[in-house]
Amino acid sequence: MSTARSERGKSTTRKNGAVRLNWRVRLRRDRTLLLMTVPAVVLLLIFNYAPLFGLVTAFQYYDPLIGVRDSEWAGLAQFQQLFHDPLFWGALKNTLWLSLVQLVLFFPVPIALALLLNTVLSERLRNFIQSVVYLPHFFSWVLTITIFQQMFGGAGVLNHFLRQNDIAPWDITTNPHTFALLVTSQAIWKEAGWGIIVFLAALAAVNTDLYEAAAVDGAGRWRRMWHITLPGLRGVIVLMLVLRLGNALTVGFEQFLIQRQAVGHEAADVLDTFSFYYGIATGNYSFGAAAGLFKSVISLLLIWGANKLAHAFGEDGLYRR
Amino acid sequence: MSQTPTTVREDAATTATAAAKPRPARTGRPRARAGRAPWEEPPTVIGQGAKGLTLAGVIAAVAVPLWIIGLTSISTPGAVNRAGGLVIWPDGVTFDAYQQMLSDGTVRTALMVSFAITIVGTLVSMIVSVTAAYGLSRSESFAHRPILTLLIVTMFVSGGLIPTFLVVTGLGGYDQWWALILPSAVSVFNILVLRSFYSTTSADLIDAARLDGAGDWRILWSVVLPTSRAVTAVIALFYAVGYWNSFFNVMLYMPTSAEKWPLQYVLLTYVNRGNGLPGSLNSGFGAANAQTAPLTLQMAVVVLTLVPLLMVYPFMQKHFRTGVLTGAIKG
Repeated sequence: MSTARSERGKSTTRKNGAVRLNWRVRLRRDRTLLLMTVPAVVLLLIFNYAPLFGLVTAFQYYDPLIGVRDSEWAGLAQFQQLFHDPLFWGALKNTLWLSLVQLVLFFPVPIALALLLNTVLSERLRNFIQSVVYLPHFFSWVLTITIFQQMFGGAGVLNHFLRQNDIAPWDITTNPHTFALLVTSQAIWKEAGWGIIVFLAALAAVNTDLYEAAAVDGAGRWRRMWHITLPGLRGVIVLMLVLRLGNALTVGFEQFLIQRQAVGHEAADVLDTFSFYYGIATGNYSFGAAAGLFKSVISLLLIWGANKLAHAFGEDGLYRR
Repeated sequence: MSQTPTTVREDAATTATAAAKPRPARTGRPRARAGRAPWEEPPTVIGQGAKGLTLAGVIAAVAVPLWIIGLTSISTPGAVNRAGGLVIWPDGVTFDAYQQMLSDGTVRTALMVSFAITIVGTLVSMIVSVTAAYGLSRSESFAHRPILTLLIVTMFVSGGLIPTFLVVTGLGGYDQWWALILPSAVSVFNILVLRSFYSTTSADLIDAARLDGAGDWRILWSVVLPTSRAVTAVIALFYAVGYWNSFFNVMLYMPTSAEKWPLQYVLLTYVNRGNGLPGSLNSGFGAANAQTAPLTLQMAVVVLTLVPLLMVYPFMQKHFRTGVLTGAIKG
């Protein structure tokens, strides 16, 4: 090992003067390191790269009994069928609508919560509140939805209270018309607390001298927030916004899968559940794969576009320019 | 596009570990421990009151549902009857529901399955992630750039649900345990977090170990892992929570084998959807005839899925903070 590490063997000198060893020598030297990456690479090749090639099924009439190689080619027929399917357009509409609702109602909550928490002076109290609000992030969707069901469902705490006081019960968990509100409140309950972490980190990085200087200049607490705190958060806010926009077509798969039965497919079908129910559950794999491919392509475009937007704002976005 | 995917900012994803990664040291003074800066105006009564109320509301939103569910699970049937459903104030306590549930039947099996999947899955994920992270962490090592690119690409492009399903079932994964673990065993994001920590391990330390005759396995085990315990623990716990919470792959790969279901799927079927629990818990046999399980039992299932999380949570938090601190110092 040590002889291989030494700079024996052929080597080339690069422009900057550093000695670069011949690739054979480096391969021999680093073979253990390479071996260590093998399990991860193999798993990714099987479960992430092979499915990429599996996307050809979207252009076939795939039959699991015949296999990918011999299934009949469909050309774009699956996509044609997809674009003439009112259920697909319904799912797309739901996806975009739910994304918009979450952007408007969910997105500001962690920022506000972080700002509020930052004004709590007692470190102990701050830590306690953080521990409590981070907790639901670790709950599964099944658990979260069950909790909501027990609180707000037909037999839940809220409706029990309403009935006791002779007020008409209000079952939000099975009402398709208020479904967007329901899923957004679930998302806020589960993830908003966790979402404050990045904002708190950004707040901790704001130079406190600025506040003092501003206060000396006569700025009140609201003006300090507007002129110092919020500009300090700008980068993170833009980054989070970019992520949200890039993921506009992903609104939370499991959440809808679980509640589809309760509110009906018209309200609860989003693109992901569409390709599950009309692809796997019905055995129409090619059709579902076409729907999935459509979503992936649009999502990639969205991520790319959102990054362009971030760069236009002079921020880094997801990747640097 | 001129940018390569390797310049992805690792704080991009909003997952837990975002804060556990190394980040630049804070600028400015460390924040005051307590007390108000002299230049700050005194707080207004209304402002303080509103703040207190909001924070109390936030805490109640998390704590109250858990209290009600926990209390109902240990209430006597009489208490549930008197309350007409979920119990809000203590009124007769019994642990019958837990005794009944854990003595035999579906829930106990599910609990075992959940623990088994979580433990085995976390082990597999950690072995794969730690070795890959170390293997890619030495700068100038052979081919680490292309391998890294290969990993990162999967964060942006995926075949999607159906092609993945076809690959797993094509490999004979239907109704197999490995189908619940291997397809999601590698989280590239976690590897990147580990790698960014491992690559900050002092090169001098590693060179010294190498001079002493240690190979890469030895260095990973005796030098790198001990110096990055906090982040390793955090990542392991996140993998564990992921396995504990997963239910969709059960729905995909073993929807009909009720005896193999983990707890989350049992929760979905018998509590969320209100199907009857088969077996000894009810008179009827088979899901079709069985009645919905009594409320206390249902709530006990909810509590069972919660308790392991609550048990590791304080531990996780402690390490979580250490991870953040290490990140700040090293970064």
